[in-house]
Amino acid sequence: MSGAAGAAPRPLLQVEDLRVSFRTRTGVVEAVRGISFSLGRERLGIVGESGSGKTMTGRAVLRLIRPPGRVEARRIALDGMDLLALSERRMRAVRGERIAMVMQDPKFSLNPVMRIGRQLVEALQVHSKVSRSEARSRALKMLEAVQIRDPERVFRAYANELSGGMGQRVMIAMMLIPGPDLLIADEPTSALDVTVRAQVLGIMDALVRERGMGLILISHDLNLVATFCDRVLVMYAGRIVEELDAGRLSEARHPYTRGLLNCLPRIGGGKAPLPVLDREAAWSA
Amino acid sequence: MQRETVTPPKLEIEDLHVVFGQGTQRVEAVIGVSFALGGNECFGIVGESGSGKSTVLRAICGLMPIRAGRILIDGEPVQAPRGRAFARRVQMVFQDPYASLHPRHTIDRVLSEPLAIHGFADQQERVIQALGDVGLGPAFRFRFPHQLSGGQRQRVAIARALILKPEILLLDEPTSALDASVQAEVLNLLTRIRQEQGLTYVLVSHDLAVIDHMCERLIVMQNGRTLERLDASALAVHDVATDYTRALLQASAGYKWDAASSGAAFAKRPR
Repeated sequence: MSGAAGAAPRPLLQVEDLRVSFRTRTGVVEAVRGISFSLGRERLGIVGESGSGKTMTGRAVLRLIRPPGRVEARRIALDGMDLLALSERRMRAVRGERIAMVMQDPKFSLNPVMRIGRQLVEALQVHSKVSRSEARSRALKMLEAVQIRDPERVFRAYANELSGGMGQRVMIAMMLIPGPDLLIADEPTSALDVTVRAQVLGIMDALVRERGMGLILISHDLNLVATFCDRVLVMYAGRIVEELDAGRLSEARHPYTRGLLNCLPRIGGGKAPLPVLDREAAWSA
Repeated sequence: MQRETVTPPKLEIEDLHVVFGQGTQRVEAVIGVSFALGGNECFGIVGESGSGKSTVLRAICGLMPIRAGRILIDGEPVQAPRGRAFARRVQMVFQDPYASLHPRHTIDRVLSEPLAIHGFADQQERVIQALGDVGLGPAFRFRFPHQLSGGQRQRVAIARALILKPEILLLDEPTSALDASVQAEVLNLLTRIRQEQGLTYVLVSHDLAVIDHMCERLIVMQNGRTLERLDASALAVHDVATDYTRALLQASAGYKWDAASSGAAFAKRPR
């Protein structure tokens, strides 16, 4: 499967043998245990349950894991540039400008004591020299692009005055303002209502396609990832247990993927007990 | 509701209204919701945040002020304040097992407290029995909540609700904080306990698939009102009347590529 992606000249993101570990009082916990993948300008989904290492993978790419966490990898390269070799200062320039991240809950990722507009303008001015009035008009345009109906009002608002769906759109707008090449979205819609979810995903997809960005969507929701992404990595206990074309999820081989698919209740699926997942020790070996 | 008057419904909600605040701050959280369910039934309420679905459950428990309407159990109006007799018959399980268990109380203490309040003598046996009922061994008795996984915590929360042998269990999003595989285990557990102990459930969830799996009948709520009444057979064939319910059905199937979500969405903004 990776052969097809390899036909492209150079992958946007290349991760080889990534390991993330934490030293704790009870010993070393390995959150990610040697995973490799590459990403073109496509939508890649990473699914797994809590503790599978999917969030740590996203954070490791951005080098956002702080001690006592340790990140090791043979290679993490963005467009051929080795991210592990960059100084902290140069890495700061990569964050936001080249790779952006949308987190799960807008309530915790927006600054509560700063107006939305100032946060957006700041995101723009950190990465490029623009006048205040230009930054303002670009910020307003971006709010419009994420389908906020009254951008002027939202520009002046504080985070607590916005609904969850609005907050998440603002986050996406803020992340996309510097025009990154890669967007990492970590459970971007889990805190949102299901009817808002489709809208936010639609906005993200359209932006990604228009700008030719790469997207990594991290989620626990197998159905969502399978229907939204091009390719899916299934993680279990810090490893990638299966890589699939999203459309062929029903052909998944690994018992963990199959178990995850089967244990979801389906509408019209009847009242029989749901099959539960019997975790085999061999999966995490 | 077309039930014979000889056996009144186990739980009946009649034209329930819940209002918070006054003046400009006034919020009508629940507006004229009615439903009735028989013994050993599992009744579902589905809706999104702010639809008033949890408020209905909290109002039944007396945790919310009722502006108008009646709540009847076995045909008898419930007392206000609810009192001990009510707690013996109706118990609630909350959404987040990380928040609903006292972090510094052992599981034993969590489970013994209702027994002490209600003056049971055989506390030990009942605690061990309740843990067994939810599939946790006696080894869990002296652990703290932080030593348990999310699924195990929710089992403890269910054990706490069951320990007084209630007739009605109010379940407020009991699995939405859990992983899919753990959700399956907890849903199976709830189904088994309902059959074994002849319990009556009211299950609240935002996930239509969960409600469909557990319940024969359900209501869809939006903005405090009942939007639609459905039964599982109608849901199975997607025979629903409102666009909103259709959107919920759609959402539970995953993301759908259609005109609204493609690039065209930029040109014409919804609403």
